Amino acid sequence: MRKKLTGILAGMALTLASGTSVYAQELTIFWAEWDPANYLQELVNIYEAETGVKVTVETTPWSDFQTKAFTEFNAKGSAYDMVVGDSQWIGAASEAGHYVDLTDFFNKHNLNEVMAPATVKYYAEYPSNSGKYWSIPAEGDAVGWSYRKDWFEDPTEMANFKAKYGYDLAPPATWAQMRDIAEFFHRPDQNRYGIAIYTDNSYDGLVMGVENAIFSYGGELGDYATYKVDGIINSEQNVKALEMYRELYGFTPPGWAKTFFVENNQAITENLAAMSMNYFAFFPALVNEASNPNAKGTGFFANPAGPDGHQFAALGGQGISVVSYSQNQEESMKFLEWFIKDETQKKWAELGGYTASAKVLESPEFQNATPYNKAFYETMFKVKDFWATPEYAELLIQMNQRIYPYITAGQGTAKEALDNLAGDWNATFKKYNRH
Amino acid sequence: MATAVMTTLDPRSRAAARGMSDISIRNLFIIPTILFLIVFNIFPLLYSLGYSFTDFRASGNAAANFVGLQNYRTLLNDPFIWNNFVITAKYVVVSVIGQVVVGFGTAMLLNRDIPLKGLITTLLLLPMMLSMAVVGLFWKLLYDPSFGIINYALGLGKFEWLSNPDMALYAVALTDIWMWSPFVMLLSLAGLSAVPKHLYEAAAIDRAGPLYTFFRITLPLVAPILMIAVIFRTMEAFKTFDLAYILTSQPTTEVISIRLYKMAFQEWQTGLSCALAYIVLIMVLAITNIYVKYLNKVKER
Repeated sequence: MRKKLTGILAGMALTLASGTSVYAQELTIFWAEWDPANYLQELVNIYEAETGVKVTVETTPWSDFQTKAFTEFNAKGSAYDMVVGDSQWIGAASEAGHYVDLTDFFNKHNLNEVMAPATVKYYAEYPSNSGKYWSIPAEGDAVGWSYRKDWFEDPTEMANFKAKYGYDLAPPATWAQMRDIAEFFHRPDQNRYGIAIYTDNSYDGLVMGVENAIFSYGGELGDYATYKVDGIINSEQNVKALEMYRELYGFTPPGWAKTFFVENNQAITENLAAMSMNYFAFFPALVNEASNPNAKGTGFFANPAGPDGHQFAALGGQGISVVSYSQNQEESMKFLEWFIKDETQKKWAELGGYTASAKVLESPEFQNATPYNKAFYETMFKVKDFWATPEYAELLIQMNQRIYPYITAGQGTAKEALDNLAGDWNATFKKYNRH
Repeated sequence: MATAVMTTLDPRSRAAARGMSDISIRNLFIIPTILFLIVFNIFPLLYSLGYSFTDFRASGNAAANFVGLQNYRTLLNDPFIWNNFVITAKYVVVSVIGQVVVGFGTAMLLNRDIPLKGLITTLLLLPMMLSMAVVGLFWKLLYDPSFGIINYALGLGKFEWLSNPDMALYAVALTDIWMWSPFVMLLSLAGLSAVPKHLYEAAAIDRAGPLYTFFRITLPLVAPILMIAVIFRTMEAFKTFDLAYILTSQPTTEVISIRLYKMAFQEWQTGLSCALAYIVLIMVLAITNIYVKYLNKVKER
């Protein structure tokens, strides 16, 4: 018995010893569970083949991505060497020292010019305009729209639309046109509805959706440098934008009150809606006939303009950061040097990742590779994002609390909701001495 | 007193042969439990009490500052928090009453000689053996206005169970009733089968009506065990999280534990959320105490 036990112990020791020596060069990247993470795993397999360093992309569902990442950071855990974190985390993660300062790396490789300007501004720099960088833009993303081309191009529909609204049925150029089209296709008796929008208030779904309207109506969430929100978040443009979003909610399929990217793609694949809002990152599934029976009849357009011609979209996407508690920081930096190379970025785009590299984005081969890449390229140069301050989560929850009852249940008015929100945000900024 | 209750070790047992005394055996069993309780329950409980008086944030590196009762003041002045408590209270009342009515009713039906009684009871117990998350996910499908089977079966057309703010909380409570009525049924069944048969015979001889028999014999005798079921279900309903979180995201279904979760793990307001957790704890303790007092009174009768 004792002999057996000694044998087992010796075996375990040997495994542990050899384990650490053989796999010393191993890196773990943490990301959310979605297709781009699979593409990244394919990309890093190439890195392994070239250098022998094994890189694993570890994922978790979106709903607990933030919680899991910050639990690990707060515990100063070294489980992840790098994390592809959401753009709005950057304030919280940099101020608390969870991310390694990448300013020198950024300047050395001139990433300010290599990457698309919006991605540098929102994924990498904090505080804004400080010249301090915390991550390398990795997956560019923004909100765009898919639509049922086959419904739009049906001659009867086109004639009826023109007769009713006085202009041709085509992908909308403005939010007002989008409203008309949504109304036109909204036919509950035929199980067909006008539009699918984001309404999930458990994280940033609803807020991102509303941002598309606010930014294109010429509004802002606040002054990110001075933390002023009065007259900005509750501006006249924002009130109009919110009213428009509420109106669009009336043309959504039944039960459309907790919807995000999964449901909005289903709206197209299940013949529910004529138009659907979603991140570009989810569009590959819509051109694939295996996941979308209507793939041939699906088209795409960029977020339409507001009444004054402003045209912006809500930013998604993430940058890749090195975790301060990682024991392989040097090895991680080497990986990043490889990652930012032009040929790596090109390969990244080919695999399905949304590169932030300006050179690749501008290339005709990228723009012609899919039906939505051109819309993506156009969008990436006119995107705006949510607050990135460390207390962003409180701001997000307050915004959800104020606008959700108005949008989905018509409680109060848009003006009341936004005035109250301005009050909440002022109180939060006062709490953290931001003014 | 305790040692008097304890039986002495059998001198022929293996433990005695190894020279272990009663006391060492007792310690062997009790000390790990006590240690476990201290490390995983009592220590975090006191530690979080300390945090509830600070502005600590687990996501930052800043040192925690003592803020006195500020967190409690903030919470009790927050209309959203009060609203969360009102929602929780409504949910507890609807779901516990529903479970007692359905559970006790089913137990009454089963408390007789019917064929396949064992099989039926077992099948009825299945819902409470499922995971909350699974129940939430498939009820979400059942409630779906476009293809859900509930609307189809009841002929309700496109009725929006979960996205109608006035209905959503009741839809969640209905799911909870479906899931946990079997628990009440099980306890009631145990209580019902313990009611002596001769009492019913005596009532029949006296020509007591069925209602009279129910309120004068059945209910009083089953009451203590039913109260235990109510205590458990109230505590659980008060803490409910999974079902409401998965089924819907209506502000009208944001029970207190969902708000607590968001505060603690999305906003990382650790100090404030510790204070809220304490407020919830005190409330649950108070409610349970009232029940236990009542339970003792019922038992005395």
